[in-house]
Amino acid sequence: MNLETLDTAIRPALFEYLLRLGDDALILGHRLSEWCGHGPYLEEDIALANLALDCLGHAEALLTLAGQVEGEGRTADDLAFLRDAYEFRNAQMVELPRGDFAFTIVRQFLFATYACLLYEALQQSVFEPLAGIAAKALKEMRYHLRHSREWIRCLGDGTEESHRRTQNALDELWMYTGELFEVDDTLQTLTQAHIAPDMTALYSAWNAQVMTTLQEATLTVPENPPYMATGGRRGHHTEHLGYLLAEMQFLQRAYPGAKW
Amino acid sequence: MENGLRLWEVFVQSRTGKPHEHVGSVRASHAEMALQHARDVYARRGPVVSIWVVPTEAIYATQPGDEGPFFDPADTKPYRHPLFYKVPHGVKNI
Amino acid sequence: MGNEAKLLETFQKRINAGEKIEPRDWMPERYRRQLIRMMSQHAHSEIVGMLPEGNWITRAPNLRRKMALLAKVQDEAGHGLYLYSATETLGVDRYQLIQDLLEGRAKYSNIFNYPTLTWADVGVIGWFVDGAAIVNQTMLAKTSYGPYARAMIRICKEEAFHKRQGYEICVTLARGTPEQRRMLQDAINRWWWPTLMMFGPPDDQSPNSAELLRWKVKRKTNDELRQHFINITVPQVLALGMTIPDPELRYDEKTGNWLIGPIDWDEFWRVIRGHGPCNRERLRARRKAHEEGAWVREAVQAYARKRQQRAAQPVAAISQE
Repeated sequence: MNLETLDTAIRPALFEYLLRLGDDALILGHRLSEWCGHGPYLEEDIALANLALDCLGHAEALLTLAGQVEGEGRTADDLAFLRDAYEFRNAQMVELPRGDFAFTIVRQFLFATYACLLYEALQQSVFEPLAGIAAKALKEMRYHLRHSREWIRCLGDGTEESHRRTQNALDELWMYTGELFEVDDTLQTLTQAHIAPDMTALYSAWNAQVMTTLQEATLTVPENPPYMATGGRRGHHTEHLGYLLAEMQFLQRAYPGAKW
Repeated sequence: MENGLRLWEVFVQSRTGKPHEHVGSVRASHAEMALQHARDVYARRGPVVSIWVVPTEAIYATQPGDEGPFFDPADTKPYRHPLFYKVPHGVKNI
Repeated sequence: MGNEAKLLETFQKRINAGEKIEPRDWMPERYRRQLIRMMSQHAHSEIVGMLPEGNWITRAPNLRRKMALLAKVQDEAGHGLYLYSATETLGVDRYQLIQDLLEGRAKYSNIFNYPTLTWADVGVIGWFVDGAAIVNQTMLAKTSYGPYARAMIRICKEEAFHKRQGYEICVTLARGTPEQRRMLQDAINRWWWPTLMMFGPPDDQSPNSAELLRWKVKRKTNDELRQHFINITVPQVLALGMTIPDPELRYDEKTGNWLIGPIDWDEFWRVIRGHGPCNRERLRARRKAHEEGAWVREAVQAYARKRQQRAAQPVAAISQE
């Protein structure tokens, strides 16, 4: 199935889904890019910029495809720079401020583990353009996973301070992991159409992989978290997203219609 | 030195079949990290198919003063080069 | 002493013959010290230089510009690293060099102590500042010290896109709305003179020049490089329909040079000595990143030590049996 043969009835759900994927990549890429020039040492500064560039590349591809599926002539830039917070579909996890290096690494690890499994599954999507993007993005996300996994071991099993910071980050971030695996009508429609994968299977694989690494890193997952954050996929976000967009969209908003 | 991460020399192979070439160094605590840093620093623009990282202190090298005894004798052994040997005119594929 | 003089003579002969000097070769102590000074200043400039443009990564106006700018600023980190790496071959430690920067003992280029106010600054920096850097670095790619030359060759190759990236932004602004054109002219006005100062003091006030030229560390004088930059840049500014903030600017038919009015060297020395508009902010930002990274650097080393110990343990266990 491609753009031409796509069933009209499925377009709205697919558009919505591509926004979720694209916005995750865009907002995470933006947060990672904030590290540029401020990394813990030069080599890692360069590494973080590479991660950011990968994510922004995925965002561009996914949002371009979203615009094509929507069929109203919106480009990736229109979608990135001219929507307000309530129209964004990213999970709340990626919009949280970058925090310290431990926070960035834990988020990166939790997200990359998820993204690797997701893109791996999406390679089998019957919607060919999405399968194509997934195959390309998967290669890069595998490196993100290798990078963040090595770091999480170092930080978790490094010094007392690094352990404390990393454990704190994990405690803070854990409640944002549930949202990555939420299933709603949109997703169900796409899963039935073999466009999106079954999230239940994905979740158990994710959980097993995360637990193994966390154990190696001497970190523990909060038991019975009282609340799992939700809402991002419906446009309900934390306060942080508004500030992020104010900064990111400043030029497009201040000079409507100008070319850059 | 406070926060002195170890120094590693980086060697990069741009294509299979080509030799690994020295490109510079990175600072890293241990081998896997050195390898990742080398990838991020020296393979940002491909093509790279393989990277080696070697602790700088593991490299044992000649000294400039060795130049004579180490390398000059090679000049006096022309029999190591094919043109030392004569082949009759018209004979091919030797 | 006689021996030293002989070594010095051989050294100068090698330089004159166009040979490269390698880390383990004999070199005059002053050559080594001059290189450490120049190369580390160059490295510091790359690192501090990430900050003014880095400011705009999160505000870049579209995805293409955002990725290009991020890749460019990342390159500067890479180039700083290549240069530190090359400087370390002279027997100094990178952390010592960084300490010198953070504690205000080391210098870096004057240009990065000016603020980036608008998006046009990002374009003009790429065009002017990277343009000036390329003029300087093309010369340095032929420098007599091997590791410095190799680093510069790598840097020159990678920087090829930086200047075009900047000029493309400026072309887009010049063809844009009246507001965009004003924004561009304002940026040109603010960056022109500081960029010309980047090449360093005029030849008659440049104490190190003669020595550096004799050793072929540098191959051209500050004024020669500056004039070359002016000659290639003025037509580019005019081509965009923009003006240069110099009422005395004129073309000299005889020499083919664009001649400029006087440069305010007082401003240059003030900025170099730490009193430019952003010196304090730049160093504060570097110090903050360094201090916030301390626990990370400690953690990886602690982890590496633990791993080494663990790898050693089974052997110990066997020997006990």
